[in-house]
Amino acid sequence: MPIVIWQLIFFVFPLIFLVVLSFWLVKNYRMVPGFDTINWVKMFSKGYFWDAYWRTLGYAGVATIVTSILAFPCAFALAFKVSPKVRRWALFFLIVPFFTSYLVRTYSWQIFLNDNGIFNTLFALVGLGPFQLLNNFFGTLVGYLTLCLPLVVVLQLISLANVDRTLIEAAHNLGCGRLRTVFQVIVPLAKIGIILGAVFTFILTFGDFVSPYYLGGSKPPTLSILIIDTTKSGQQWPRAAVVAIVMIVTLLTIMFASVAAAYRKRS
Amino acid sequence: MTDIKKDKPLSEKIETNVAGPDVGRRRIIKGAGAVTAASALSVPMILVPPRANAATELNMIAWYGHGEPDMVEEFEAMHNVKIKAKYYAGGDNMLALISQSPPGTYDLVLSDGEFVKLLKEAGYIEPMDPNEYNMGDLFDEYSHFDAHWMGDTLYSVIVRFGYLGVSFNTDIISHEEASDYNILWDSKLKGKVGHFDWHLPNLGCLSLRDGNNKPSPFDINSSKWSQLQETTLSLKPQVGGYFDYGGTFASLKNGEVYAMCGIGDWITGVVRKDGSPVDSVIPTQGGIQWTESYSIGKGSKKQDLAKEFIRYITSPKGQVRSIQMAAYPGMSPYKSGWTAINEANPEEAKRQRMTFDGHNCIDDLREGRIHFRQTPVQQSLEDWNDFWSEYKNA
Repeated sequence: MPIVIWQLIFFVFPLIFLVVLSFWLVKNYRMVPGFDTINWVKMFSKGYFWDAYWRTLGYAGVATIVTSILAFPCAFALAFKVSPKVRRWALFFLIVPFFTSYLVRTYSWQIFLNDNGIFNTLFALVGLGPFQLLNNFFGTLVGYLTLCLPLVVVLQLISLANVDRTLIEAAHNLGCGRLRTVFQVIVPLAKIGIILGAVFTFILTFGDFVSPYYLGGSKPPTLSILIIDTTKSGQQWPRAAVVAIVMIVTLLTIMFASVAAAYRKRS
Repeated sequence: MTDIKKDKPLSEKIETNVAGPDVGRRRIIKGAGAVTAASALSVPMILVPPRANAATELNMIAWYGHGEPDMVEEFEAMHNVKIKAKYYAGGDNMLALISQSPPGTYDLVLSDGEFVKLLKEAGYIEPMDPNEYNMGDLFDEYSHFDAHWMGDTLYSVIVRFGYLGVSFNTDIISHEEASDYNILWDSKLKGKVGHFDWHLPNLGCLSLRDGNNKPSPFDINSSKWSQLQETTLSLKPQVGGYFDYGGTFASLKNGEVYAMCGIGDWITGVVRKDGSPVDSVIPTQGGIQWTESYSIGKGSKKQDLAKEFIRYITSPKGQVRSIQMAAYPGMSPYKSGWTAINEANPEEAKRQRMTFDGHNCIDDLREGRIHFRQTPVQQSLEDWNDFWSEYKNA
């Protein structure tokens, strides 16, 4: 019951208000309650809205794939190759980054990635570069990984650690090769954690403002930046609400599809 | 018969009991406990200053920096007042914050010139009596600043101003090169042009580049508006990023950006203090002017104190602080402010060109090179904003 009340107060009611807000108007920088579809029509007719939508979807998709791929070997090693003591320390170090603000961590990347930064200085020592590492998608991706990679490793690790070892041994006994065991035995058994990790990455990166703004140079902008732009100029909160609703619907669709895939029984 | 003892008033009965000889042990213990508790509670009170000395709070809404100690500590000490500042980033943000607060929340409203009219129309500020302020001390160019007057009524008192043009890395670009907006299209700046992420100053400067200086870069017809959009879009391949206040500082400082238009000394003045090779210049095609001014919030219960603060910050002492504000510098529109800064910090006076001999910053205005930043006249703000979003997505 408390969870229902919690969800009603902090999710359902605000969501309903967001929908209502999207039909309000702005006059003289003030929101005026009403019912007008103009905000939906305006936003859906703008090319830049759809550009930002598909771009954000693409960015989040790429971030999800890259994060999951990078996290898996790490989680696998921690689950199967190291001692419990090392695993505990690794878990600790995976959680520690969350003690500091994500914004601060993102800002600190600028010192590494800028043209005169640490990486380019090191590249210069071996006669390479300078490379453009900041204010582009690469910079944004570094920010996304900073946000998601530790979390995804932990989620995958929990799932991999619970894989029944006897099934792995059975696969080996039946002559299954190492790689085949990983992909045909371990991955399906750890499917829930892997998919949940991917879903979390998608959700976090799809709505992230910090990385595309501070490491991507807002160039080109994502939907979260579009929300800020919309509210900054002319106080168009109702139009920002339209963008937010589109984002929520997209995320809910992706999330339900992913969770269904995660818990689907093998036929 | 009536028992006289029974009819005694309660106070007398208590007095009798306390003072009388039949004081019980329990009463003594109870009394001692009460005294101990009272003492314990009263001891810390000795350490608390009497309430009469508590500082009055004066609420201000302003750009970052205006409520910081370097700006207000002297006034706070002089008047036993605590200035509580709510900071905003951009006029739209300011209007939103005020509209979300009950009337009387803010005693002082610091605003850019172009937003004063909107503040007045929304009923957020009080009319002001020009005789109560240092208006006679203003340079002629600011003595009747149009944006602050609605008819014959004054709504805001100017505190500082600055110019926007081209800001650049002096290791890469020379002063002469930066004195023309066309430098932004130079091949050596490919991917190194930055934008402060606000359409108004950027499009204003690019409009000047297109030659729209009469009557104003913001007052352009539809064909000039189309031309301006084309000009702006052609700059896109040069652009390295769009930055907020902090990002603008960082990108100029770390060399990620070599040039920006639509900003000025309010940014580079601070970055330079950190030792970075940056400067700002007003190109030959002209520059944009920003102003900041104080109004009194509608329904403020501390209007006298608010007026006192405005008088302070526009006084020579206040202007010296304002000119050198730690967050970002600004020029003084007050003659006595110039005199004071030339005495207090002649180097800064020279750097910001507030000197009485030679070509100074007011001369730029007199020569017609500087145009007041304003909301678009022939297009809606939404048109400009929409285009800016398109540009960022292009």
